[in-house]
Amino acid sequence: MATTLASEAQAFTTIHFSVNGKSVSPAVSPTERLSRVLRESLGLAGTKVGCDAGDCGACTVLLDGEQVCSCLIAAGQVEGCEITTVEGLAERAPIFDRLQNSFLRHGAAQCGICTPGMLVAATALLERDSAPSEEAVKDALAGVLCRCTGYRKIITAVMDAGLNPAIQASPAAGNAVGTRLVRLDGRGKVNGTEIFGADEFPANALSLHVIRSPHDRASFHFGDLQFYVAQHPGIARVLTAKDVPGINCYGVIPRFADQPVFAETEARFRGEAVAAVVGDADVLESMDWSSFPITWDKLPAITTIEAALESDAQRIHSKREQNILVSGRVVRGDVEKALTESAIVVAGEYETGFIEHAYIEPEAGCARRVGDTIEVQACTQSPYMDRDDIAKILGIAPDKVRIIPTAVGGGFGAKLDLSVQPFIALAAWKLNRPVRLIYSRNESILSTTKRHPSRIRMRAGATQEGRLLAVDFAADFNTGAYSSWGPTVAARVPVHASGPYNVPNYRALTRAIHTNLIPAGAFRGFGVPQAAIAQEQLYDDLADRLKIDRLEFRILNALDGTTPTVTGQILGQGTSIRACFEALKPKWQAARAECASYNDRVEGSLRKGVGIAGMWYGCGNTSLPNPSTIRVGLKPDGRIALHQGAVDIGQGSNTIITQICADALHVPIDRFDLLSGDTAISPDCGKTSASRQTFVTGKAAYIAGTSLRTALLALAQTTDPAEITLGDGSFSVKNSDGFHRIELRDLQLDAHGYVLAAEGTFDPPTSPLDENGQGSPYAVFGFGAHMAEVVVDLELGTVKVTKIMAAHDVGRAINPTLVEGQIEGGAAQGLGMALMEEFIPGKGENLHDYLIPTIGDIPVIESILIEDASPIGPYGAKGIGEQAVIPTAPAILNAIHDAIGVRVRRLPATPDRLRAAILAYKDTPRD
Amino acid sequence: MYFRPKTLLEATQTLAGEHAQILSGGTDFFPALGERCVQGAVLDVSGISELKGITREENHLRIGGLTTWSEIVAAPLPRCLDALKLAAREVGGVQIQNRGTIAGNLCNASPAADGVPPLLALNAEVELSSTHGTRFLQLSEFITGNRKTLRRANEILSCVRVPLGLEHAASTFLKLGARRYLVISIAMVAVVLKADAAGHISDARAAVGSCSGKAQRLMELEHDLIGARARAGIGSIAQERHLSPLSPISDVRATADYRLSAALTLLARALDNCAGSC
Ligand SMILES: Cc1cc2nc3c(=O)[nH]c(=O)nc-3n(C[C@H](O)[C@H](O)[C@H](O)COP(=O)(O)OP(=O)(O)OC[C@H]3O[C@@H](n4cnc5c(N)ncnc54)[C@H](O)[C@@H]3O)c2cc1C
Ligand code: FES
Ligand code: FES
Repeated sequence: MATTLASEAQAFTTIHFSVNGKSVSPAVSPTERLSRVLRESLGLAGTKVGCDAGDCGACTVLLDGEQVCSCLIAAGQVEGCEITTVEGLAERAPIFDRLQNSFLRHGAAQCGICTPGMLVAATALLERDSAPSEEAVKDALAGVLCRCTGYRKIITAVMDAGLNPAIQASPAAGNAVGTRLVRLDGRGKVNGTEIFGADEFPANALSLHVIRSPHDRASFHFGDLQFYVAQHPGIARVLTAKDVPGINCYGVIPRFADQPVFAETEARFRGEAVAAVVGDADVLESMDWSSFPITWDKLPAITTIEAALESDAQRIHSKREQNILVSGRVVRGDVEKALTESAIVVAGEYETGFIEHAYIEPEAGCARRVGDTIEVQACTQSPYMDRDDIAKILGIAPDKVRIIPTAVGGGFGAKLDLSVQPFIALAAWKLNRPVRLIYSRNESILSTTKRHPSRIRMRAGATQEGRLLAVDFAADFNTGAYSSWGPTVAARVPVHASGPYNVPNYRALTRAIHTNLIPAGAFRGFGVPQAAIAQEQLYDDLADRLKIDRLEFRILNALDGTTPTVTGQILGQGTSIRACFEALKPKWQAARAECASYNDRVEGSLRKGVGIAGMWYGCGNTSLPNPSTIRVGLKPDGRIALHQGAVDIGQGSNTIITQICADALHVPIDRFDLLSGDTAISPDCGKTSASRQTFVTGKAAYIAGTSLRTALLALAQTTDPAEITLGDGSFSVKNSDGFHRIELRDLQLDAHGYVLAAEGTFDPPTSPLDENGQGSPYAVFGFGAHMAEVVVDLELGTVKVTKIMAAHDVGRAINPTLVEGQIEGGAAQGLGMALMEEFIPGKGENLHDYLIPTIGDIPVIESILIEDASPIGPYGAKGIGEQAVIPTAPAILNAIHDAIGVRVRRLPATPDRLRAAILAYKDTPRD
Repeated sequence: MYFRPKTLLEATQTLAGEHAQILSGGTDFFPALGERCVQGAVLDVSGISELKGITREENHLRIGGLTTWSEIVAAPLPRCLDALKLAAREVGGVQIQNRGTIAGNLCNASPAADGVPPLLALNAEVELSSTHGTRFLQLSEFITGNRKTLRRANEILSCVRVPLGLEHAASTFLKLGARRYLVISIAMVAVVLKADAAGHISDARAAVGSCSGKAQRLMELEHDLIGARARAGIGSIAQERHLSPLSPISDVRATADYRLSAALTLLARALDNCAGSC
């Protein structure tokens, strides 16, 4: 390339370099980011983009053998260089094959969006050092963030890459459940071929830019939009609220739906959409959006819960008095009386902020109109809910909307709500052209939901012997400008705020309160993690005042399945919180002794502590139906088609549901072909949330599998006990009355193309809650307890978590590797919540101000799986996705208190907050 | 327009005729763009090989402006630059260290630039080249405040010069952030200590970053350290009053008070840590 080019920076020039050993010469702008050139010009979408700012490392490639962020490299800078992307690692590095297999074997790829970056970084390391230490692995991979795994399995996978154990044989018929089966969708995640939201789009797709409110609250007026379009060649159209053909309103809970696709006259939060500009991608990218014809009138905004509740506060939604979206209530016994009768009463107030999901994949998708149908291909956790809302927005029937879920690069709750979908669907519908939209990191953080900030007041009383007598709990949640999952948080928290303990007198009142801030929605645990932070810390205070060991106090009060919960439910079999605590007991006692002796001896500024916290969490919707339907069919070629509609967001439903169905049908799992949650292909398996997929969809898969088995046997005119063998174009059955062989090719096919098919539907049995919140809100609860060990630096206020032990009752571990993956990933998010994570609107819509744990922050996490089968779940299984995050933060906070006597009631425990608390504590007189 | 010269001469000539933004490793350049694409002329200096690498001159150690953090980590350097090496290891992750350059770090002039305190402590100078020739400025003068320098639009930071004389002094660098890797410093300190034959401090340098618009040397502390016995415990010489050159702000990362208290703790630890080996 010439050293100087007498043209504009945007002008294209040919750049010669090699990618994965092949010479390429794309014609691009020399200042274009290499990541874009790879993905868009060269079609190498294995390199991911999570931030465009160097913060996430998803875009890592090798440049002349060294790992670099391709989003920070100008195309012109690679002239004459050698680039290796994930797609080329297999050919470049002999060890790569083993590294990939090691990632699969260890479950080091969950959603897989960080995996290309991790693999590239690991390859650079392994080429230098084929047997790296843990520290070397951490140093080499530190630049790549992962939000799913908690990093531990990634570290192990890289350290084990040298090994080449025999390939795991596919489990025999009936043996899939319980094995550490490699995830069935794993291969594409480790070779860069997996398709995420941003990875696939037609060449003629238009792009879209959303115009968003720069103020917390503002009214606005558009200038001449037609003139604007006419003035800008390459812009096809500007869309506003007026263009919405159906209802300009959506929301995950239809009864509370209140969010417009585009605000009509007033924006209610900073980041709210008011218009969308559709046009050619390169034109939109070089636009100066400050000249978009809109004028804003900033209006007084409500940004705190206090302000929202003031008697003369402006209503954010006219129908919602006092800005209260909804209240929740569970009351049992007589709290006030029981508190006066308690030997010891403790109280505390706790506060947490917004927490960002920070999945590494920003929301992305593409929509196209096919006749009178709209197709939306995007990352989502809830295809059927998306379908119904898009249908309402476009004013068409739901069956005219097809949602094609892509692989999801992390969701954790926020991809339950619509993000890019309404915009691209509307634009594609109106323009009859494919339209795509990829959120930037900034836009993702600015406009998608967060964990609810909470303000909690709590009192708890116990008898002298340490029996919990009463809990009085009140929580306000800042639900932001729109309802999203606010009602679910307000309903779920009062059911759970007792923790997994026997509390005879109980009052829990919650409110979800609107403010002019970003909508808070679903985030792993629907408010229960915030409640547990209060409750588990307060129970420690109670145990301390009673001079009872903190773990013993919990064991003494643990639910046992025979006494009623705070909603009056008798849980019965599978109530194993005590077993979780008991499992940690020896480690707890040893750790306590170790900390005490260290703190006695030590003279410097470091103190050690250990903390414990328990957890329970109901699987599925709270007292509301949430059915899943699985279809499974026998194809004429003798293979099994499984319509696996439970979107796999990394947690592993593709694998788990298949394991369950394979064992129910009692055939080997390698006979299965998976179909996705595409709404045109698979029945509704509900949303991937509320820790329901293994339990609810798993049970549906079990039912479908057993029904198909019955149908197969009927076709063979026999019954169980029998052995079914699927052959090529036939199946055979062997049992006591002989051998039956059925040829499939001649048989008639059903509407879906199957010789035989079965559907299984399961909706967990629950009962409605009465006005005091009494009833059976969930059919099954998961239980768990975490123990955290920390070292606190008194002078700096820093905390290092040195170990986490996690005991979880999962009913049955369908796939122990995937269960551990959920536990480790949940614990990592809990650690972030305790120590570093808080989103402050307007300050830091990026991943260098919003900090999530890196590979260096996560300690060894030891999982103890307790398998106390639930009578209802498939093979006894319960959920684990949300359960895993709940006890970590309180365990860490309790460990900090154990180390230095300081209680952190305002999260996160950042160094400055903790140091201030230490100084205040030194000045407080104590008995 | 995009220019990618191979020599410094060509580069300065381009800058003489064209108002261009300089692009080096791109690790500050691209994040600063946000969602915009590059507008205006760009002078990409990353192809100028004469600006890479570290050489020893008669009175100076010369660190080419294009030297990356990874190259600094890998280079054999005198002990007084241990602090710079430690800082280099803390800049972002390996991806950033492989691309980010020392010139970019100094010209970007973030208050949290990890390269500044170690170089400030050694009285480093920067060399600025233009078609008018070269000029040298003390690093302490070159950076004038938060993202402000005395670089003229036609100048390229061609090298950093570290005066010789303290090569055998011990040095260290401590950085504090809210997570282990990939973190912008809440506070960081660099310390250089030299002891005489009798084991007394004969030269002391201390610089603190992220606690004011630009990193600061703590001259009074340096003065008070002279003559002290070089052994652990020397850190207690550092007192709050020595922090008067600092003027931290409160932001999402930490409060101003906290920054001061952390700076003092880090200073004491860095001094103790160095005293044992100087
Ligand atoms: C994820 C991430 C983490 C980071 N972590 C840290 C950290 O921990 N500590 C830290 O200090 N920094 C950090 N940085 C910032 C950055 O990496 C460093 O400042 C780096 O040294 C910048 O060098 P560069 O070559 O990439 O500069 P560029 O981005 O190329 O340029 C930076 C600025 O300097 C100018 N410039 C560059 N070279 C010259 C020259 N030779 N002459 C004149 N002007 C020039 C450019 O015009 C531009 O304004 C981080 C950045 C990222 C993306
Ligand atoms: S996309 Fe390049 S680091 Fe995040
Ligand atoms: S597996 Fe790492 S981000 Fe999902």
